[in-house]
Amino acid sequence: MEVQKTALYNIHKSLGAKFVPFAGYEMPIQYKDGIVKEHISTRTFAGFFDVSHMGQFFLEGDETLTDALEKIIPADLRSLKINHSKYSFLLNNDGGIIDDLIVTKTEKGFCIILNAACKENDIKQISQFLGKNHKYHLNNELSLIALQGPKSVEILEKLIPSVSNLKFMTGNKFNFEGENLYITRSGYTGEDGFEISISNKKVEKLINFLISNDVKPIGLGARDTLRLEAGLCLYGHDLNEKINPVEANLKWAIAKKRKDVGGFNGWDKIKNLLANGSEKIRIGIKPEGKVIARENTKIFSTKGNEIGLVTSGTFGPSVNAPVAMGYVKSKFAEVGTPIQLEIRGRKYGGKVSGLPFYKKSYVK
Amino acid sequence: MSEKKYSKKHEWVSLDGEIATVGITKHATELLGDIVFAEVPETGKSVEKEGQAAVVESTKAASDVYSPISGEITEGNKAIVDDPSSINSDPEGGSWFFKLKIKDKKEFDTLMSKEEYDKFCKENPN
Repeated sequence: MEVQKTALYNIHKSLGAKFVPFAGYEMPIQYKDGIVKEHISTRTFAGFFDVSHMGQFFLEGDETLTDALEKIIPADLRSLKINHSKYSFLLNNDGGIIDDLIVTKTEKGFCIILNAACKENDIKQISQFLGKNHKYHLNNELSLIALQGPKSVEILEKLIPSVSNLKFMTGNKFNFEGENLYITRSGYTGEDGFEISISNKKVEKLINFLISNDVKPIGLGARDTLRLEAGLCLYGHDLNEKINPVEANLKWAIAKKRKDVGGFNGWDKIKNLLANGSEKIRIGIKPEGKVIARENTKIFSTKGNEIGLVTSGTFGPSVNAPVAMGYVKSKFAEVGTPIQLEIRGRKYGGKVSGLPFYKKSYVK
Repeated sequence: MSEKKYSKKHEWVSLDGEIATVGITKHATELLGDIVFAEVPETGKSVEKEGQAAVVESTKAASDVYSPISGEITEGNKAIVDDPSSINSDPEGGSWFFKLKIKDKKEFDTLMSKEEYDKFCKENPN
């Protein structure tokens, strides 16, 4: 398969991006400033992220579309108001997570933001539940730009008046140079911010505006340290098809009504896990000292028994310490439980930590 | 007067008598990015030429630091363990990794000069 590029590839290049292949795309891992500076400038000012590799999947249909989607998505889509968004998943028959996503109710149906690496399969999985009267398409004519950080609202308001009226996890249409944009107040950093869906033709203008307001470009490297400090999962690492939402400690994302009534893939299993708990569960981990527990680091109890595995780990620039997430047997999941981490053949101490590591500042 | 040489794995060695000081080059730190962790060897440990001797981690990944020369460790630099980011700011000065008592000066002589190393980096940018 040919490596794909987003509409902003040349801009990234001119901004000094170092590229890596990611989910079939050439994506910036960092720019000139490097990961730590990019991370800090997002937390203290604002940064923009090109996330156009993600799938912007639009569905149109009547109530039967809602019914169809509720078979694979455990959110309460029926009660979702227009322009409101929910974090949810696609589930397989075993309750395993096919992908995690943000679903937004639109006037004609729904828009779902899908992970780049999963989007082709997701559409295959979703379309199995759709009928002839449901229309769907993955819109590749649109770019997706995340603007994140405490100054985001002030800066974007200058370009798009009244964008500040949006609350966390809601969106709306706005006008920009005679074209409709769709903006949601959401993100993947733990900061206040927006995700802006804009045509590939106009995206460069938006970026030039952000740059002229001192907003820095942020690569995938800082995107990872930011989301990990915020305790947010990365699909393919912290989540996969063999992990269900209860194990992932994401049962809050299954709507209450859906927990009671079910009617979605894997409900039998999930119902049982909700009642009895799961054998393993996702936790936060704070390694002692400065040692970094990367993905696949084995976790041991203080007695020396293997109890789990790290699924994401890095150095958190804002907490100024290493941070990690992983899965352990549930009886070791209590916050504060001492654990051992095997790194390069040696055991290092650590503790189970609450999530997030860095306090979120969403505008609700 | 010490003499400084370079390895293909981007370490520098400064030799003063029979004591060599080893660190990673500026070019290496630029490839690594922000350094957030360093581990240095214990005093008294024997290391072989091109054997793993220390660890350095950036936000992106962990890398081994090899000793370009055989010998016995006389000191690990605790300052870089306490402040790994100092390796980015002063890689070829105060932020050395370890000192060792060398076994064979001939190993040192086969390493690259500054000019040879710069040329090597240009030809092998990654």
